Amino acid sequence: MSLLEVTNLVIRFGDKVVVDDLSFALDAGERLGIIGESGSGKTITSLAIMGLLPETATATGSIRFEGQELLSLNDREMSAYRGNRMGMVFQEPLTSLNPLMRVGKQIAQPLRNHRDLSLKASLARAIELCNRVGLPDPERIVRAYPHQLSGGQRQRIGLAIALACSPALLIADEPTTALDVTVQKEVLKLMNELVAQEGSSLIFVSHDLPVVSAMTETIAVMRSGKIVEHTTVSELFHNPRHEYSRKLIDTARATEAEFKRFAIGTS
Amino acid sequence: MSQTMSPVILEAMSLCRTFKLPRTSLSSARAERHAVVDIDLTVNIGDRLGIVGESGSGKTTLAKLLLCLDKPSSGVIKFKTQELPLADMAKFRREVQVVFQDPRSSLDPRMTIDQIIREPLECLNLQEDHDTRIDEVLDHVDLERKMRARYPHELSGGQRQRVAIARALAPRPTVLIADEPVSALDVLVRDEILQLLAGLTDNLGLTIILISHDLSVIARLCDKVVVMQHGRIVESGATENVFRSPQHQFTAELVAAVPRLPEIR
Ligand SMILES: Nc1ncnc2c1ncn2[C@@H]1O[C@H](COP(=O)(O)OP(=O)(O)O)[C@@H](O)[C@H]1O
Ligand SMILES: Nc1ncnc2c1ncn2[C@@H]1O[C@H](COP(=O)(O)OP(=O)(O)O)[C@@H](O)[C@H]1O
Ligand SMILES: [Mg+2]
Ligand SMILES: [Mg+2]
Repeated sequence: MSLLEVTNLVIRFGDKVVVDDLSFALDAGERLGIIGESGSGKTITSLAIMGLLPETATATGSIRFEGQELLSLNDREMSAYRGNRMGMVFQEPLTSLNPLMRVGKQIAQPLRNHRDLSLKASLARAIELCNRVGLPDPERIVRAYPHQLSGGQRQRIGLAIALACSPALLIADEPTTALDVTVQKEVLKLMNELVAQEGSSLIFVSHDLPVVSAMTETIAVMRSGKIVEHTTVSELFHNPRHEYSRKLIDTARATEAEFKRFAIGTS
Repeated sequence: MSQTMSPVILEAMSLCRTFKLPRTSLSSARAERHAVVDIDLTVNIGDRLGIVGESGSGKTTLAKLLLCLDKPSSGVIKFKTQELPLADMAKFRREVQVVFQDPRSSLDPRMTIDQIIREPLECLNLQEDHDTRIDEVLDHVDLERKMRARYPHELSGGQRQRVAIARALAPRPTVLIADEPVSALDVLVRDEILQLLAGLTDNLGLTIILISHDLSVIARLCDKVVVMQHGRIVESGATENVFRSPQHQFTAELVAAVPRLPEIR
């Protein structure tokens, strides 16, 4: 049985269809990349799986996770999954973190909600998690507020929150788009290691082909709310079927060739 | 890449810009942020100069100084051998134009594309037929002339950035400063805009200063590059030399961090 099965998912804002008859499945431990231009429906799809769609959106079809139909759950039932069996990392950690709460408490929150840990025990665990996501001086960091940290540090905090309860599924929505390249490289490496250690499944959303293809083994290409191609990374590169996939690959190759013309021998 | 030296058009000498930060308590002194520190920079006519560095390294601050939109704390900027600000800034304002990162916020949503491109022509009081010029620059950026009647929100991100470029080109500048002009765009659109900029610099003989945190964007367009870190230039030279054999540790890290495609044969 698949871990996640999305079938004929349609999401509307009023009359506007933004996710159009989407179907895909994800096995335990599988890593799926979702790539597509902005507005193609990547974030809305991720939010639908997390049960975080805006009030104004309506979803039909089916999202089954660990055998449970999620679309029929109310918010209280859904929150038993969120931050527990599934975690999410957002593009801009500054807006997804609570600006008024020390980051340690924010990491401790899912543990208190889902693991019934005492405040003290959950804060001790938060320090361990900070350590695990490679933050220096965790005892000090847990007392910081989000704005006192750098973008890369905030994204590590986001990862610590998402992974606190060892979720079966991690969704990362453009997690490094707002970061500098050197920081991006570190965060991707960390995410790779942690997902491997946890044995979690991963949905990695991005508009950047080199980044996605470094993180996942299969890729779904989205255009205007539809998956137009869903295949392995190597098949996609060898034999892109959709015009848009072909353009993405050609452009990425041309950009890399241009760069290599200058930077051969360095890696 | 080695050409005979063309005349210097912009020159910065020992440029510094320090911001005073808000007091954190009544008793403490105001802290200072050194956004641009002791920068020397020479731009020759026809250069395609890239400025690369991570966020917060001082790129935008430097751009604003070069555009004379901000005053240095110390140091001198010269435009064609004359120190800025010039007694008569009109000439400078016409010759040095800018394109910013986010066309959504840099284009006035209440103005039509026609009004947006017309504005610099009128402000600078240029003596030529403005309607003809607007059509010309729309042609330059591959936008249909009938776009003139539209508003920015009716356009895609790429089209908006074309409008921003058209507005910058309208007064026939010699220097174009582009601050992260493609960072907010999707990859395919990014590629189109970079092709456009490359074509324009070739065809119009523009001098371009391209600011980006993305090395592959710089590699695409620039024959010279300066690398900034913490407000200072840590390395500069011909793009191929700098990227191929970086002398500074930080440059080497930047080059190594560029995401690569998987090796698929
Ligand atoms: N709260 C909302 N109300 C109405 N439309 C929305 C809302 N959020 C997103 N959309 C629309 O849904 C579509 C898909 O958006 P999104 O999933 O954010 O795209 P992506 O993440 O691929 O850039 C877009 O057309 C967007 O304008
Ligand atoms: N108006 C300002 N007041 C205080 N600090 C500023 C101001 N503008 C920029 N800075 C600071 O100067 C540094 C350089 O910023 P900036 O030039 O925008 O960098 P970049 O464009 O390379 O990202 C940063 O630390 C930034 O916070
Ligand atoms: Mg999105
Ligand atoms: Mg900037």
